[in-house]
Amino acid sequence: MAIEILMPALSPTMEEGTLAKWLVKEGDKVKSGQIMAEIETDKATMEFEAVDEGIIGKLLVAEGTAGVKVNTAIAVLVQEGESADAAPAPVAAKAAPVAAVAAAPVAAPVAVVSKASADWPEGTKMKTMTVREALREAMAEEMRADPTVFLMGEEVGEYQGAYKISQGLLDEFGPKRVVDTPITEHGFTGIAVGASWGGLRPIVEFMTWNFAMQAIDHIINSAAKTNYMSGGQMGAPMVFRGTNGAAARVGAQHSQDYAAWYSAIPGLKVVMPYSAADAKGLLKTAIRDNNPVIFLENEIMYGHSFEVPDLPDFTIPFGKARIWREGTDVTIVSFGIGMRYALEAADLLAKDGISAEVVDLRTLRPLDYDTVLASVMKTNRCVTVEEGFPVGSIGNHLSAVIMERAFDYLDAPVINCTGKDVPMPYAANLEKHALLTTAEVVAAVKSVCYR
Amino acid sequence: MAPKKEPAKTNVSKDDLLHYYREMLLIRRFEEKAGQLYGMGLIGGFCHLYIGQEAVVVGLEACAKPGDKRLTSYRDHGHMLACGMDANGVMAELTGRSGGYSKGKGGSMHMFSKERHFYGGHGIVGAQVPLGAGLAFADKYLGNDNVTFAYFGDGAANQGQVYETYNMAELWNLPVVFVIENNQYAMGTSVKRSTKSTTLFGRGLAYGIQGEAVDGMDVLAVKAAGEKAVAACRAGEGPCILEMMTYRYRGHSMSDPAKYRTREEVEKMKTEKDAIEHVRDLLLGAGLASDEELKAIDKDIKEIVNASAEFAKDSPEPDLSELWTDIYA
Repeated sequence: MAIEILMPALSPTMEEGTLAKWLVKEGDKVKSGQIMAEIETDKATMEFEAVDEGIIGKLLVAEGTAGVKVNTAIAVLVQEGESADAAPAPVAAKAAPVAAVAAAPVAAPVAVVSKASADWPEGTKMKTMTVREALREAMAEEMRADPTVFLMGEEVGEYQGAYKISQGLLDEFGPKRVVDTPITEHGFTGIAVGASWGGLRPIVEFMTWNFAMQAIDHIINSAAKTNYMSGGQMGAPMVFRGTNGAAARVGAQHSQDYAAWYSAIPGLKVVMPYSAADAKGLLKTAIRDNNPVIFLENEIMYGHSFEVPDLPDFTIPFGKARIWREGTDVTIVSFGIGMRYALEAADLLAKDGISAEVVDLRTLRPLDYDTVLASVMKTNRCVTVEEGFPVGSIGNHLSAVIMERAFDYLDAPVINCTGKDVPMPYAANLEKHALLTTAEVVAAVKSVCYR
Repeated sequence: MAPKKEPAKTNVSKDDLLHYYREMLLIRRFEEKAGQLYGMGLIGGFCHLYIGQEAVVVGLEACAKPGDKRLTSYRDHGHMLACGMDANGVMAELTGRSGGYSKGKGGSMHMFSKERHFYGGHGIVGAQVPLGAGLAFADKYLGNDNVTFAYFGDGAANQGQVYETYNMAELWNLPVVFVIENNQYAMGTSVKRSTKSTTLFGRGLAYGIQGEAVDGMDVLAVKAAGEKAVAACRAGEGPCILEMMTYRYRGHSMSDPAKYRTREEVEKMKTEKDAIEHVRDLLLGAGLASDEELKAIDKDIKEIVNASAEFAKDSPEPDLSELWTDIYA
């Protein structure tokens, strides 16, 4: 009986990919385990193996086709004497087991609604790029400009980056400056901090921030505190970066958001960008900063496209929030991937006649309290949005600051929308509820607006 | 323990011997004074004295050239004095005064001197090992021939990050000398009570790093081993491990009840193996120095140490505004 071969999901967050190359042609016999095609995801080029034995009856998708959705039929496998036309009806409807659960990214670039905190001159030529490309460009530009900047981490070189952020950097800068490490976060983080004292500017890539818990002693005790402990003689000019927070279906040990943890530490600077322009401008600033900078990325955001200013050397200062959307009824404060919920909620609320101002903090340390307070003093209501755990969250901190400095302006208590107070579950339905939802943000806003 | 060393077995010069004598004596008298100030309440918190181990750092500093780097654990006063940091600044840091190397904000365990290439003073056991390899990484990257001395104790030698560092230091051929100061007790736990693999330097062989055990009470033996190790590093041959067999006369810190070893054991080391007495015997035995010359050095050292204590008492406490400075570079 003919079997449809479906476009596979090759990573936890993959929703589509490019069928880069067929290694079989119609009429070829294939054995199980034989490599049939090369499929390019946003992270890597992967070989796709046959599961069943048979004859390639028909190739349904031509090689070089981009944007092939997971679970699309890409070929038909038949048995001896069978016709390819005997294939069963497409099964796409009943399939779709993987990607549907992860909140689907919107492919179109997100427009900046407000000019209130533009970081580039009006009329600047823009280009569309993904967060991934923006991060890569930031590192490459800074490495070209300063020979003491180097990248170190697991799979950053020959593998081209576990998430392809460092793709191509080894070719351009060589193994001296793109250093593959063994899987020893504690050790290589300590080495990187020492190298920063020795006159270099390391960028340490953690495959995920979850693994950096093995190294947190060096991040805090060795990097963050030394400038103070040495009476200002020596800081650690370096960047720690990598994916932070939940991706999709990767379970409790790979899904934690560390924004609040690192933001608690004096001596660190903490950045958590949302857009590609911010990712690029802030990473360049981070690499030039003379202090240890925690740079929190998100795997789901890597493939998202935004407009980025087409400027040769574009940076964004720390401690400056961006107002993405101006509004009058309520202030929604968020950062990083939380901005997706905030902006989606603002769109939905507009339909209900509620005008939400959306503030993207962008850097959590230093934190732009003034922009948040000014907005809350204008709207008199505030909802904070983040994916991290609820206890000791950034929202908790902001609530306290707003209470101390803008109590008389508040018409309702501040509500903190956060991830749930549970380790991240694996089951698709449970994971969805463990994370924040746009509906929760909408409900919180309606609650503070007494609607 | 072996009996006292035979005198004058090497062709070391009189000046060198006098220098070692002076440096070791400075550390010892300084530490004795620190202990005294601690007892008077002028030094607070933790205070870990280096008395007994002086030959290790003095012997290795004799192998260093300008540009070489060093860092160690919280038992760090001796290393600072030996690399040329000023006794006043070290003592004033112990008393938490503005004249201290860290303006009083670091304390006994957290002192640094970028000028003298002393990179701490680390309070987390073992942390200085990858940090030291990182300094060596930077020197290799920058293409100079500097060497880093990363000192740690027998206790730290059981930390996982030490072995992560061995692995990468050898993989990347880093110019770092790992100096295990085996004073036989990790706080109150003897080496034998913490591992069955008591030949600590030998653990490097698993990663391809050569090492040796050295009589750390003999400054000349230390220097001889150090010269070999440093030469290998400078020649680009990668890291090596020196396990210095030494002994701390005082407690782990000032609040050590000393229940884990006998008084006789300590006395035996003091009388049979003392590093300073050893050099003194060499100088006098070979007729290289007179009793008067050594007494003059003793007097000189005493004055330096007393002056540092006065400085550390007189230096004002840091201004309250200092609370909020140096958090960021």
